[in-house]
This record gives sequence, structure tokens and C-alpha cells, in this order.
Amino acid sequence: MFSINALELGLIFSIMTMGVFVSLRILNIPDLSVDGSIVLGLAVSSYFTIHGMPILGIFLSFFAGTLAGAVTGLLITKMKIQPILAGILTMTALYTVNFRIMGRPNLDLPVETKRLGNDYYTIFTPFEELLGKDWHVVIVVSLIVLIIAVLLYLFMKTQIGISLRATGDNEHMVRATSINADGMKVLGLALANGLVSLSGGIWAHQQQTADISNGLGMLVASLAAIIIGEVIFKKTNVISGILAAISGIIIYRYIYSIALTFGLRGEDLKLITAVIVVGIIGIKMIRFKDIFAKLGSGNGGGKNA
Amino acid sequence: MLEIKDFSITFNKGTVDERKGLENFSLSLDDGDFVTVIGSNGAGKSTLLNTICGSYKVDSGKIVLDGMDITNQKEHRRARFIGRLFQDPLRGTAPHMTIEENLALAYGRGSRPGLAFGVKKSDEKIFKEKLAELDLGLEDRLKTPVGLLSGGQRQALTLLIATIVTPKLLLLDEHTAALDPKTADKVMELTDKIIKKHSITTLMITHNIRNALDYGNKTILLSQGRLVLVLEGEERKSMTVENLMKLYSTTAADSFSDKMIL
Ligand SMILES: Nc1ncnc2c1ncn2[C@@H]1O[C@H](COP(=O)(O)OP(=O)(O)OP(=O)(O)O)[C@@H](O)[C@H]1O
Ligand SMILES: [Mg+2]
Repeated sequence: MFSINALELGLIFSIMTMGVFVSLRILNIPDLSVDGSIVLGLAVSSYFTIHGMPILGIFLSFFAGTLAGAVTGLLITKMKIQPILAGILTMTALYTVNFRIMGRPNLDLPVETKRLGNDYYTIFTPFEELLGKDWHVVIVVSLIVLIIAVLLYLFMKTQIGISLRATGDNEHMVRATSINADGMKVLGLALANGLVSLSGGIWAHQQQTADISNGLGMLVASLAAIIIGEVIFKKTNVISGILAAISGIIIYRYIYSIALTFGLRGEDLKLITAVIVVGIIGIKMIRFKDIFAKLGSGNGGGKNA
Repeated sequence: MLEIKDFSITFNKGTVDERKGLENFSLSLDDGDFVTVIGSNGAGKSTLLNTICGSYKVDSGKIVLDGMDITNQKEHRRARFIGRLFQDPLRGTAPHMTIEENLALAYGRGSRPGLAFGVKKSDEKIFKEKLAELDLGLEDRLKTPVGLLSGGQRQALTLLIATIVTPKLLLLDEHTAALDPKTADKVMELTDKIIKKHSITTLMITHNIRNALDYGNKTILLSQGRLVLVLEGEERKSMTVENLMKLYSTTAADSFSDKMIL
């Protein structure tokens, strides 16, 4: 039942899930623009790869994502639009942007991308000979994920990182300590969507194509992954959150690939994923109700993270 | 030090819920003044503090702090030199972050956060010293998430957060009201100690008339968004709780009957 492809995708999407972790768990803002941001990464990355600049494309996919996230952040903070609606607006706008970048609904990276020495090559091709055809993608992506996870962890310990976390934890307190909470929200959403888009950028190289519909269900998959991961890593600190995001999406992709081998189709899994998310949230809610009933009024915060 | 001129604020203007928060409110404080603020429910005490720190925007009026006109300054800007505590102990701290992270956040007050580590080794010593002053044993629990502390411990910690970088002005809104009597006394004494040590100019709202007279050097009474009494000097020293209660209840009765008429 082992599938390298599932592992590859799990690892690539773990960058996206870390981004969703930043918006949902650190900032406490449900950002629905994920489905658009990941396609933005795919579009930017494939566009630049086709024009012979694959590495630049990867970096730019990150920056394009930060811009999209900043837009959502500004809609929320400056225009006082509800986060959910702001995310939907950005996602809708991104559909057009993505389409314009790609020029059509589906953009294949040319076959020559596989050959080293050609102008067209993915970030994986240089490693194919060195690391072997089967495993080179897994190894390269693992390294990237490791670096991002460590950087994200360290960032959350910096002054800005602490301010960011406090903004999601208690906005009142943050304002009272002279930190610009609105600025922190914009910054956090930029970072979150940057990661989501970067994930898409790398994904384009892995599947050697980009499709306008690739983003469908990605937000819900990330939510499912975070919820699954939190069953394993229960603590609410940053390390546990990052590890939950990574392990959750890898487990999710495995379940996904197993389901596919049983004859279910990709289309069926969207419904199943949604049901799983609702189910787990339902179980959690019942548990939290019990806990609160026992404690009378809890002395912790109101967040059931 | 603090100069408030003709503050007026009306809530829900032009609706049936229209309500005057403050009306031509003026107040002037000297450096190091510790003013206790009393008044019945709905008198406008919290509104006063909220307008001073910039949570509410006034309709008209002017505020000058330490020679600087801050009338149009944003809330988080003012927070650089205004510390505050609320009645709710949950409001002043971030529950899912550790004690040291909460303190680190406050310790950076006034400077823009950067990419340096939030909690530095050198800060830990200072945090421990400051926490030891609270005498609650928190100095050994730097890595504990704040959400695990009791309400009293959290409020004491919030006091430290508000004063770890000495503010020019400290605003306390019934900050001991949600605590049990013993803890309330303890937090009140801590507050007094810290205010005296750094001679911080302070406004403290309280419904405890005893505290209003025992602490600080001035007492003001609010009613319906107006300043109706300023007690200081000899007059304040000779004021008894009973007499102040009487004054208090006359104004409270006024506002009550006014509301009935309305
Ligand atoms: N954000 C707001 N929106 C609408 N009305 C408000 C708002 N804040 C305060 N008010 C109204 O302004 C008046 C003064 O309220 P405020 O909270 O300042 O009273 P207070 O003196 O602090 O009373 P308490 O002792 O009960 O805390 C009240 O009538 C209140 O309903
Ligand atoms: Mg009040």
C-alpha cells in the first residue's frame, strides 16, 4: 500500500498546512483564500519555469502569495470586512489573476523539463541522478520542509513572532502593549498565504503541470490535516502545532491514496473529507462541553486550540 | 502632566439608543498624582479611561500628556506611555503564551518589534526579579502558560506587564473587582507599592469607597458623564467613608431619577 506519490504530495502540502496553521491557529483568523493562493503558486511557478527560470519561479510564488495574503489582511483590518468574506473575495479575485498568469486553464511544463542541461528544468531534475529516480523528490522536499519548519519555529520566537502569536491570543493585550495589532494581522496573513502559494509553486514542479482547478478542497484538506495532527500532538505550543500540521497532512494524503486504491474517485473524497472534518469537530465540541461543565467556568482562554 | 479639556462623547448618535458618555469633561493632573475615580454604574468612568487610552474617539475635546497633544494618536501609539488594567483578569494577558513571553511583549513596549529573539537570556533575570516582587511564586514558573494561572495571579502579572516599562500614565478600571477579598487586597497593595516606587501618575476606578480614600492623593466623583466633585488636600483627609457615601448616593439618586424621567 506504500505510495511514494502520496508521500511526495503530503510533504509538499505540509508547507501549505503550515501556512493554514499560521492563519487559523496562530492568528485565530479563518482565511478561506487558500484554494486561490495555492493555484497562484502553481501559476507563477509554472509560468516562470516555462520561461526558463524555475528557481526564480519558486521564490516568486512565495512573494505572490504574501501579496494575496496582505490583500486579505487589509480587507479585514482597513475595510473591516469579516475575515470569512474577505477570504472569499480574495479567492474569487485570484481566480482571474491565476487564469491571466496561466493564459489558459491548464499549463503543462514541457517534457524537456525532465532533462538536465536544458533551459527548462524543475528544481528536482538536478537531483534525479544523484539521489535516484524514485526518492529524489521526497528527499529534496523533506529538506525544504525541514528548513521551513525550523525557520517558522524560530520566527515565532522572535519579537515579531511573539507579537503575532499574542495578536491571535488576546488582541486587547496586544493593543495595550503598544503593538499594532492590525499590522500584525496583515503580516501574519501575508506569511500564511506565502507558504500556501510556495507549496503550490513546488507542487507545479512535482506534477509538471498546473491546473486552475487544483485548488479545490485544499482549505478543507488543511483543516482536516490540522485536526488529525492535533490528535497526535495535543499541546498548544508552536512546536506541537507545526508538527501537527506536517504529520496531519501526510496522514491525510495516505488515507486519501488508500481510498483511491479502493476504487473511490478524487471527486468522492471531497465529501468524505468534509464529513471527517465535521465529525472530528463534533467530537471535540462534545468533549469541550463536558470539560467546561466540570470546571464551572474555566480559567483559561476561550480558544479551544 | 495630564490635561483633559472639554471631552465630549455621545454613543449611538441619532438613534433611540443615543447616550451621553462624557459631557464637557475637563481634568488636570500633576506629575505623580494618584487619583481615585468613583461614581455610580453608568456614570462614565470606564468611558473616561477608554477615551484617554484611545479605545474610544471623542467627538470633541483635547488631551495633552506630558506636553504632547495625543488627541489624534492611535490607541497602540498611546500605549507606548499609557499602561492599563481592566476589571477582567483575562483581558490583560495572552493565555496560550508563557509568563516570560507575556513579559517580553511588554518589555519591548515603545520599540518596534524586530527579528531578535523575544525572550533573551539577559531579560530572564530581570523578569525573575520583578516576579519575585509580586511574592506569588511566579518567578519559578517562567515557562508556564498564563492560562493556567488563577485570576489573582493573572491580574498581578498584568500589573507587572503594564508597569515593567514605567508608563507616564497608569489607568486602572476596577482591576481588583473580580478577585476574592483577600487577593483583591493583596493586588491593591502591590499596585500601591509599584505606583509609589516609580511615582506613576495614575487614575484608578473603584467602587470600594474605603480604597478610594485610603489610596492616592485625590478623589474625583463622576455623574452622568460630568465631573461633580474633586477631593484633595485637607478636605480629603478629613473626609470619612460615611460622608463620601452620602455624597455618592445623592449623585447616584440624581442620575437614577433623571433616567426615570427620561
Ligand atoms: N461602547 C459603548 N456603546 C454604547 N454605549 C456605551 C458604550 N460604552 C459605554 N456606553 C454607555 O455610556 C455610559 C457610561 O458607561 P461607562 O461604562 O463609562 O460607565 P461606568 O461609570 O464605567 O459604570 P460601571 O461602574 O458600571 O462600570 C453608559 O450609559 C453606557 O451604557
Ligand atoms: Mg466601568
